[in-house]
Amino acid sequence: MSAYVASIVSVVGINMILALSLNIITGFCGQVSLGHAAFYGIGAYTAAYLSKLGVALPLTLLAGTITAGLIGVVVGLTSLRVRHDFLAVTTMGIGFVFLGFVRKQKWLGGELGISGIPASGLDPLAYALLIVGAAAAVIAFTVWLKRSWMGFTFDAVADDEDAARTVGINVSTYKLTAFGIGTALAGLAGGLYIYFARIILPDTFDFVQSIAILTMVVIGGTGSVWGIVASTIALTLLPEVSRAASDYRLLIFGAMLMLVMRFSPDGLAGLVRRRTTP
Amino acid sequence: MLFVELAVTGLVYGCMYAMMAVGLTLVYGLLRILHIAHAGVFALGAYVAVVVANATGSLALGFALALVVSAIAGVAIYRFAYQPLLGHPPFVPMIVSIGLFIVMQEGFRMVFGAYGIAFDDNPWYTSTVAIAGINLNYVEIAMVISSVVLLVGFGLFASLTRAGIGWRATVTDPQMATSFGVDPVRVRYVIFLFGSALAGIAGALVGLLNNYVEPTMGGLVSYKALAIIVLGGLGNVRGTLLASLVLGVVESYGTIYLADVFDRDAIGFLFLIVVLMVRPQGLLGRG
Repeated sequence: MSAYVASIVSVVGINMILALSLNIITGFCGQVSLGHAAFYGIGAYTAAYLSKLGVALPLTLLAGTITAGLIGVVVGLTSLRVRHDFLAVTTMGIGFVFLGFVRKQKWLGGELGISGIPASGLDPLAYALLIVGAAAAVIAFTVWLKRSWMGFTFDAVADDEDAARTVGINVSTYKLTAFGIGTALAGLAGGLYIYFARIILPDTFDFVQSIAILTMVVIGGTGSVWGIVASTIALTLLPEVSRAASDYRLLIFGAMLMLVMRFSPDGLAGLVRRRTTP
Repeated sequence: MLFVELAVTGLVYGCMYAMMAVGLTLVYGLLRILHIAHAGVFALGAYVAVVVANATGSLALGFALALVVSAIAGVAIYRFAYQPLLGHPPFVPMIVSIGLFIVMQEGFRMVFGAYGIAFDDNPWYTSTVAIAGINLNYVEIAMVISSVVLLVGFGLFASLTRAGIGWRATVTDPQMATSFGVDPVRVRYVIFLFGSALAGIAGALVGLLNNYVEPTMGGLVSYKALAIIVLGGLGNVRGTLLASLVLGVVESYGTIYLADVFDRDAIGFLFLIVVLMVRPQGLLGRG
């Protein structure tokens, strides 16, 4: 396996963690988030800052995960106050607040980001396998989560918040849990990203990135797991396979969003389900 | 003096936000769709104005065509992107709207290039006039005048004409309005026509103001316009106007006094989040 393949595998793994983590919030629990890239960024910045201080890899990843998760719970508090469209715009705002803050912080490198991040100590192939291992663990976790009692409760909250409250579900706790888990995993993806890229820029975590993550979730099928795994692999590899697709990556993302929503609002997973069950 | 100057700049920006946000809030009030692709219409207006003005040498013709083309584009967006999706949950048209916005933005990049276009001849940009000791250029004044004229015009339309009353009736109770003979589809067309024309003019004016038109210019303005309509109470036109001016002024002061901590764009959203936590229904409540 060449370095090129290792890098593609790493990117696929990171994107998969990002998409599946957003899926916990938006797919399972039904809380629209248009600012997921901010938590990816929080994880990345935390891990990068600590790694520059000489902290070892497992600890930086852990710190990135926890910081993103904690801030995620705080942001989740907004979902207790505002719903649906209000929440979509608020989470989008969180993304801009994060970027606007980071860009102005000299100790985080400002516009130039953080460069010269120490190596992971693993060769690229082994590190790619580490990312794949993490992605596999996240897949297994979300499959389990979906079938667990908590998954059913998320479903109830997503379906009809007021009805869920009527049957005695503590809606607030579950929303915050979904935000906490989802954002923590995005933070993990951020931590994994820094040892792969070795440099981070604020713009990596902008609104377009949030939309790219959302695209993978929506095209795979909001709330599904395997649909999203498939769409993440397809959408990440597409620009690599074809030169045209890499030049027009955003154009293709946008067009796919429109077409999928128009003809199969539940994504690839819904398409497959309708084909297999008459 | 700085204090007053900041307030004036803030109000000029506020007028521009108002022209964007009113279209969004009208669409939201009627259809419950977060119309993110409004940003594409804004940029389209700017491009039509700059291309036509540079080709013919007439700024007026550029603006007239910007108004017409963006109004038609808005109606087309409703007809082909939203109308087939009206039965779906609001999440679905919102995603379509994001997709459409990305497609439009990339479309501008492919057709007009990534680097943007300046006006060949932009006399308003350099001519300034001092009002009570504050220097304003003609574009800023045009921005304020056109937003006031267009919005007052809309207010008169809504309160005096049959179509305007039909629109208000449809927002309040679509079924009742329909049974009284108001055609809801026509109302939607009128709303998209008017809202998009406003956005197109705003785009053209911003193009003049910066003397530069680029593919991504719609992005930030429309994200802020979204924040504004939430601030104003979704679908509430009066709240939207108030929120536009307030946000313009808050940003204007924020860029000076919070410059070390946050950039301009973050300040607007930070303000939004703070207000929403205190008043989840927006400044003036839902329309």
